[in-house]
Amino acid sequence: MSQDAKKRDYLDVTGGWLHTLRGWIDARFPMSKLWNEQVAQYYAPKNFNFWYFFGSIALLILVNQIVTGIFLAMNYQPSATEAFASVQYIMRDVNWGWLIRYMHSVGASLFFVVVYLHMLRGVIYGSYKKPRELLWIFGMLIYVALMGEAFMGYLLPWGQMSYWGAQVITSLFGAVPGIGNGLEQWIRGDYAVSGITLNRFFALHVVALPLVLVGLVLFHLIALHEVGSNNPDGVEIKKHKGPDGIPLDGIPFHPYYTIKDIVGVTVFLAIFAAIIFFSPGLHGLFLEPANFEPANPLKTPVDIRPLWYFGPFYAILRSIPNKLLGISSMGLAIVILFLLPWIDRNPVKSIRYRGPLYRVLVFVFAITFIILGYIGLQPATPFWAQIGQRMEELYFLFFVVSWIYTRPRSWVFLALAFLAVMAVITAFDWLGWDAAIAHLKIYSWLIPGIYSMIFLLLPAFFSKLVEPLPVPERVTWK
Amino acid sequence: MKKILAALLFSLLPLAAFAQDEGVPLQHTNINLSNTASLQRGAKFFVNYCMGCHSARYVRYNRVGKDLGLTDVQLESYLMPAGGKVSDTMVSAMPQADAKKWFGIPPPDLSLEADSRGTDWIYTYLKSFYLDPKSTTGVNNVVFPHTAMPQVLWELQGTQKAIFTIVRNPDGSAYEVFNRFEPVTPGKLTPEQFDRADRDITNFLAYMSDPIALKSRDLGLRVIGFLIIFFVFAYLLKREIWKKIH
Amino acid sequence: MSEEIDQSKRHFLTVATVVVGSVGVVMAAVPFVSSMEPSARAKSLGGPVDIDVSKIESGGLVKAKWRLKPVWVVQRAPAVLAGLPKNDSFLRDPGSDQTQQPPYCKNAWRSIKPELLVIVPICTHLGCIPLYRPEPGDPNISASWPGGFFCPCHGSKYDLAARVFQNVPAPLNLPVPVHRYLSDKVLRIGENPVGSHSSWTSPEVW
Repeated sequence: MSQDAKKRDYLDVTGGWLHTLRGWIDARFPMSKLWNEQVAQYYAPKNFNFWYFFGSIALLILVNQIVTGIFLAMNYQPSATEAFASVQYIMRDVNWGWLIRYMHSVGASLFFVVVYLHMLRGVIYGSYKKPRELLWIFGMLIYVALMGEAFMGYLLPWGQMSYWGAQVITSLFGAVPGIGNGLEQWIRGDYAVSGITLNRFFALHVVALPLVLVGLVLFHLIALHEVGSNNPDGVEIKKHKGPDGIPLDGIPFHPYYTIKDIVGVTVFLAIFAAIIFFSPGLHGLFLEPANFEPANPLKTPVDIRPLWYFGPFYAILRSIPNKLLGISSMGLAIVILFLLPWIDRNPVKSIRYRGPLYRVLVFVFAITFIILGYIGLQPATPFWAQIGQRMEELYFLFFVVSWIYTRPRSWVFLALAFLAVMAVITAFDWLGWDAAIAHLKIYSWLIPGIYSMIFLLLPAFFSKLVEPLPVPERVTWK
Repeated sequence: MKKILAALLFSLLPLAAFAQDEGVPLQHTNINLSNTASLQRGAKFFVNYCMGCHSARYVRYNRVGKDLGLTDVQLESYLMPAGGKVSDTMVSAMPQADAKKWFGIPPPDLSLEADSRGTDWIYTYLKSFYLDPKSTTGVNNVVFPHTAMPQVLWELQGTQKAIFTIVRNPDGSAYEVFNRFEPVTPGKLTPEQFDRADRDITNFLAYMSDPIALKSRDLGLRVIGFLIIFFVFAYLLKREIWKKIH
Repeated sequence: MSEEIDQSKRHFLTVATVVVGSVGVVMAAVPFVSSMEPSARAKSLGGPVDIDVSKIESGGLVKAKWRLKPVWVVQRAPAVLAGLPKNDSFLRDPGSDQTQQPPYCKNAWRSIKPELLVIVPICTHLGCIPLYRPEPGDPNISASWPGGFFCPCHGSKYDLAARVFQNVPAPLNLPVPVHRYLSDKVLRIGENPVGSHSSWTSPEVW
């Protein structure tokens, strides 16, 4: 089909006085220009699959959080004496307040579900690679801002878990050598988390961080529209342009992806509605039972646990029996994601053409993250701490293996890498030896052991497993 | 690899189960929020027995009336203290300071008790009081040992004593494990009737915790129904627009 | 490219999707708009208020607060009631034809019990609270003053049935809130008399 026909296909609903109005505005503000450049003539690859819905859905949730947040702020009281009651006021006395609040609380959790899937998409199809490194960095900054936004928002209901969650996380800053205690108090504005902390968290949650988030999202989109979207084949559609300068494998975002995203968004909304209306607390996962009790600075709940979306990082924090080291490894777990474009420099982007072992590697990474999340929500027992440590090792090993897979390696290199990895892990076990869980330590040593054998030793003997497949010139299409 | 992972995960499961701490097993309540008669009885029990000390300060009488099918006149004559307004919240007449003096701690507000403790906990707790001469209230509770709350429902349930079995550790020390209750004096209700009353109270507490739960399910079905209709149109339009992309 | 585009089908599907989608957006907006209405707490706080009227002397005034607005109850002497018709020719709305009172107060004295006037004393001009000046010929107002309510802000005048005089800025009589007598002694503001099915609550337009 010709490019002209593609253009003619647009749903042109304007005409008459609307047309005149558009002309009037365009003479004063680049409305049509912006629309065309960013939407109607933004050419996206035609082979987007399921994984490519999550960007639009994330944007929709951001709008949902802002709108419901505005209406919640109309009725919420940010003070230690009123906060808890004002949430109940919203839930019971304000017309439809329960719906608005559930849309906000469930929306927050689903925001993370969608963002995690969106990030995993980036890993699967190598969307962070050149020329999209900055796009990835902006995305990671959004993710970090989102974590801050969620953490501060969680204090606002002023329940037991709100309070103690904030107490635990702010005390992390106390681990900074030298200035720790001062920093901790500066963040809280008091000797412990108090109404003062609540007030500043409220200000940051409703004004500062939303502004930052919206700004970063804008940057993320500008970067995306500058370099163009990646796709499941990981090939650059801009390499093959028609005589009119339009990528041959590109289709205008509107109407093709607007309508496709509307379909995806509708499915998402149905899931969203099902949770809101049938199980807004999702069995303690989205709303924790302990948070139905007002904050009490003199009584800690039996199990302090973060909301599920912080679970993986909380597990990493808790698995290491040393405050500063635990915090550092949690920080590193986040920072290392920023560096992914420079760790995995394999020229092949998409998982489709990176050989069977890479698929398994990414799959195991996703599973590792989920298991870490599960462990983060379990009580702090030696068993879970040990398994958490092993999963943490797998988490970081993913990046080591990704770096090794950057180019073909000799069997000697791989074998040495295997030995080095196992030596480091064994050394850590040696340093943190605990006779009480000796069996657990020895048996669980097999977890990184088998992992390294599969991903480092196996390709040393079967190089076909990591050999890239031929990448097609153009996108593949059913 | 997936199999190895699955095997790995499954091998962890029994350990995970082991990691749970043990306590008195809670009995399943089997409450039904759409049983309005049960909720009405529960409301009556709540007002008569619980509200002497506890409040439900986020709950308004007229909201209870609306949700439980009671008129303002019925509310005023059956549930409310004299002289109140139907739009008042359910606040106990007992001053908090006095309550603190008498019980050591102020009785907690019960608006959200079912959400924070769970309905099974409430149901089991209310029927697990036993005579204990060592306690200042004369009773103790196996679900919540040393609770400050007296057995308010003794008149209905009667009194019972708890039988404990002594378990010896390998090192010779011993601890007690709850075994069963034995009735001491009968109450006004038979055990079956009391269980029903207990369930009614629990049901009402569950209703108070999340008063919108019932209605939200109906609304949810309609919202999802609407989304399905919209999905059909949007999907057909998507197919139509994408027809020419090959 | 074998298939041809069926424009009418495409047009139908576009319109259908847009219409159904718009309905969805409007329905989704309802809870948000509705959430800004007075809440159950506001309604509870704005519930009926009871006033003891047994101790008001003749000519006396009792003040109360209902829905964050003042409510005055004035005990009028029989002589005052008898004098009310004399004002009629100087008033804008002597027959209380404007809906500034519930139907059961649309009478010569604008009240349920002739001697007890119940009003929300908020000047219908710009919302000031008028002064109660029952003495005829008050020197601060005018020699011909028959007694009533005088608004110091812009000089609006009302008689002792709270009816507005001509040639003042205020356009309407002072509003009478819905009320009923629970007993001879207790007056309840905010509820209609038993058996009165008036949907009129009180004028909320100032």
